[in-house]
Amino acid sequence: MALQQTVGKRVGMTALAWIVGFLIFFPILWTFLTSFKSELDAFSLPPKFLFFHWTTENYAEVQSRSDYFSFAWNSIILSVGANLVGLIVGVPAAWSMAFAPTKRTKDLLLWMLSTKMMPGVGVFAAVYFIFQYLGLLDNRIGIGFLLFMANLPILIWMLYTYFKEIPVDILEAARMDGASLVNEIIYVLTPMAIPGIASTLLLCIILSWNEAFWTLNLTTSHAAPLTAFIASYSSPEGLFWAKLSAASTLAIAPILVLGWFCQKQLVRGLTFGAVK
Amino acid sequence: MKVLMKSLLGACALAGFSLSAYAETLTIATVNNGDMIRMQKLTDDFTAKNPDIKLNWVTLEENTLRQKVTTDIATKGGQFDVLTIGTYEVPIWGKKGWLVPLDNLGADYDVDDLLPAIRSGLTVDGKLFAAPFYGESSMVMYRKDLMDKAGLKMPDAPTWTFIKEAADKMTDKAAGVYGICLRGKAGWGENMAFLSATANSFGARWFDEKWNAQFNTPEWKATLDYYVPLMKADGPPGASSNGFNENLALFNDGKCGMWIDATVAASFVSDPKQSKVADKVGFALAPDNGLGKRGNWLWAWSLAIPAGSKKTADAEKFVSWATSKHYTEVVAGKEGWANVPPGTRTSLYKNADYLKAAPFAQMTLDSIDAADPTHPTVKPVPYTGVQFVAIPEFQGIATNVGQQFSAALAGTETVDAALAAAQASTESAMKKAGYVK
Amino acid sequence: MATQQTTTAGRLLVAPSVILLFLWMIVPLVMTIYFSTLHFILTDPDSRSFIGLQNYIDFLSDPDFLGALRNTLVLVGSVLVISVVGGTLVALLMDQQIYGQSIVRLMVIAPFFVMPTVSALIWKNMLMNPVSGLFAWLAQSVGLTPIDWFTNAPMLSVILIVSWQWLPFASLIMLTALQSLDEEQKEAAALDGVGAIPFFFYIVLPHIARAMTVVILIETIFLLSVFAEIYVTTNGGPSTTNIPFLVYELAQHSYDVGGASAGGIVAVVLANIVAFFLVRVVGKNLEN
Repeated sequence: MALQQTVGKRVGMTALAWIVGFLIFFPILWTFLTSFKSELDAFSLPPKFLFFHWTTENYAEVQSRSDYFSFAWNSIILSVGANLVGLIVGVPAAWSMAFAPTKRTKDLLLWMLSTKMMPGVGVFAAVYFIFQYLGLLDNRIGIGFLLFMANLPILIWMLYTYFKEIPVDILEAARMDGASLVNEIIYVLTPMAIPGIASTLLLCIILSWNEAFWTLNLTTSHAAPLTAFIASYSSPEGLFWAKLSAASTLAIAPILVLGWFCQKQLVRGLTFGAVK
Repeated sequence: MKVLMKSLLGACALAGFSLSAYAETLTIATVNNGDMIRMQKLTDDFTAKNPDIKLNWVTLEENTLRQKVTTDIATKGGQFDVLTIGTYEVPIWGKKGWLVPLDNLGADYDVDDLLPAIRSGLTVDGKLFAAPFYGESSMVMYRKDLMDKAGLKMPDAPTWTFIKEAADKMTDKAAGVYGICLRGKAGWGENMAFLSATANSFGARWFDEKWNAQFNTPEWKATLDYYVPLMKADGPPGASSNGFNENLALFNDGKCGMWIDATVAASFVSDPKQSKVADKVGFALAPDNGLGKRGNWLWAWSLAIPAGSKKTADAEKFVSWATSKHYTEVVAGKEGWANVPPGTRTSLYKNADYLKAAPFAQMTLDSIDAADPTHPTVKPVPYTGVQFVAIPEFQGIATNVGQQFSAALAGTETVDAALAAAQASTESAMKKAGYVK
Repeated sequence: MATQQTTTAGRLLVAPSVILLFLWMIVPLVMTIYFSTLHFILTDPDSRSFIGLQNYIDFLSDPDFLGALRNTLVLVGSVLVISVVGGTLVALLMDQQIYGQSIVRLMVIAPFFVMPTVSALIWKNMLMNPVSGLFAWLAQSVGLTPIDWFTNAPMLSVILIVSWQWLPFASLIMLTALQSLDEEQKEAAALDGVGAIPFFFYIVLPHIARAMTVVILIETIFLLSVFAEIYVTTNGGPSTTNIPFLVYELAQHSYDVGGASAGGIVAVVLANIVAFFLVRVVGKNLEN
């Protein structure tokens, strides 16, 4: 009987979870479907869910108009590059704040977060002038550095919370054994922290991927990522829903695929497996 | 992991240093409207004749483009060699010396062929600072079938009174048909473009000769007292967030009886691939109130060259090509006459092929001819521009005013309160900018 | 607790981040403070002159300022509540034993991958449009009058869109935290006959408290600067203009660098005040 109850509960929960998941996902699904419609069908009522004339003309149009792969490549380089550098700088900092905290650690963390509180548009002129002076406009290194700095506080914060979950006794045992700091980090801490680092990295990549203010305003073409690609499809004179949907699908696709492959890592985050 | 990092960093560094390799390239900033997109596909014609020039396109949505281009030119950033700008920017930037006067467009360019209204909007002190790529005014687009059903006939030059009557009769909310669709979304280029042009025909003006804001005048009140109740009675729900595209979608879906907007929309609403009502559309001049000015605007997306560009000669070659009669023929040959960029040259409107392919051509030309950017209003004004005031402060001021008027349309504010708020914010902005002491 | 050696090493390890962030903060900040004392219109560079605190006076006495402040707080508060409460519920649901968990999980996270501009465009035109949107069609097919979202409830509409984007983030972090809860603990509680609700409040909630703190703090930062959703949907106005949008209007409509800089500084101060109180409320979770 108990088993039956569990199965019944499980089916009910599954149904509920699928409904919730579907509702949350629906706008994206709708965009995906719209990308295969003609511009006229995209707006017709009653809406056409599956029975419309499927066409790939929007994708053909998008690819013939702008070189999608060049934008996508910039997005990948910028978001992955910026956050890998972020990890190199951020992991040691988060480690030290989690395992060798001082009185000021909490203030330091909050201060780091506060550097993110200026709305970009408020400092825009200053940053623009700096970039112009250094010749970094429309330059991958420049915009990559900016994305790195913009995410660093978030990155450190998330790593910090993950590291905090790692049981301190294990580290102390390692110290007792005379492990050096470097060894402690490489051999003891890192294996336990990999899931946390991975999910932090992925989240930060997503944030960089979607960053639209700086990437749009400080790049023109050589360093322009997918946000600029999207900006060339939104709101022209004329109907553009199907084309925008196609462009959006293309812009979301790589990160969605990445998310699909990494999601085990992503939700494992805090479960340290055998350690517990 | 380490190797991956290193190679990625290396890739970043390489990407950064390879910038200087592009020497012979013209970077062209342009809007993502259909005519410009078409031009990008036809550039082979240009590069075949100029093999030493490469073209690098930066295509963006209008507002993003404007911000980037303005920032770039004001800080002398030099990121672009050719700019796509409108009739709002050209007089201001021309006067500041930020643009190169276009004196060498070539022997066969035929400057005198440009439509006089458009040309005067792009000329400062007798010098042409930008070459028009396509021009537009605004006009009434209406559904002939609904007009017949209502037992009315649209005159070629309707009055606002007639528009109100027709809208009332065409509206059938149960069937999802709204008599009139007009812009309501806040923005200086959205609702304020329509309302400023409309206000002109009601005898209103933005400023008097001494730059005093005029929103406390009866003319502006009359404008809004016409617009707000009309839209409430006969407009679609959600009108206060509708701009050009939203209205276009509604009209093409058969929801609007009339729509007053850019002439460039004529080719969209009569294209059966986009519009359900393509064969039922008629056109008329923008309405008036018998005061001598009609409620139509004037705009031209134009190509200009920033002062300080090191590639001026090449850039001018390109500008000349893109706005020439020859380019018109290239488009006609490859994409048909209906897709030719409209509204810039007299000769186009004498071309029999074009007139046959574009049933809206004559109405477009008449609308453009009816607009006069140098004398836009009934009473005298110190500014140029029909649906805008060609001063740098206008974007900020009109955006504020636009939000107030949009709120009045949404009903969250009364017309009087919106006008009072508009007056106050405009007065203080003009004082701050030093126009009014 | 920490030895002298680790403390020194700790400082060394923190140093690069701190130095970089400090430079990244201080250089633009000093420039911005400097600009904020100037009459500096980008499109009129010749008129640049020192005007002291006038930009601050103008910004703070702008009739839209108080409204924008209120809108900012309403937006941040509502989205925080919706995404944290909703996100926890969704995370609890996904933590159950369900069939096809990984697909559900991916569907739930997906909105977080969508760029703000795109999601605002999709919601505004394809879903919420009162004439041709899907919601209007749904309402009509069950005989209701479609809601005119952006006219009658502009702020609510923006809140909905922004919540849709941030709920996945909250769910994801909460789910990560939930999954580290000991199976043994769950089983022990089940054996002791602890009800679901007390179990949640006495065991689950304390366990995910730190994750919740992180969600709240990170979301607050991003929500304080929500911009694209307002820009695309209502383009501002008395009921939706928030502080960043107000600054944006100064910066990119009036090209008023001085005024925008003053607004930026005001925004930083306000954001730090909000953060200060937030830390008072939730910050104790940061310690052990």
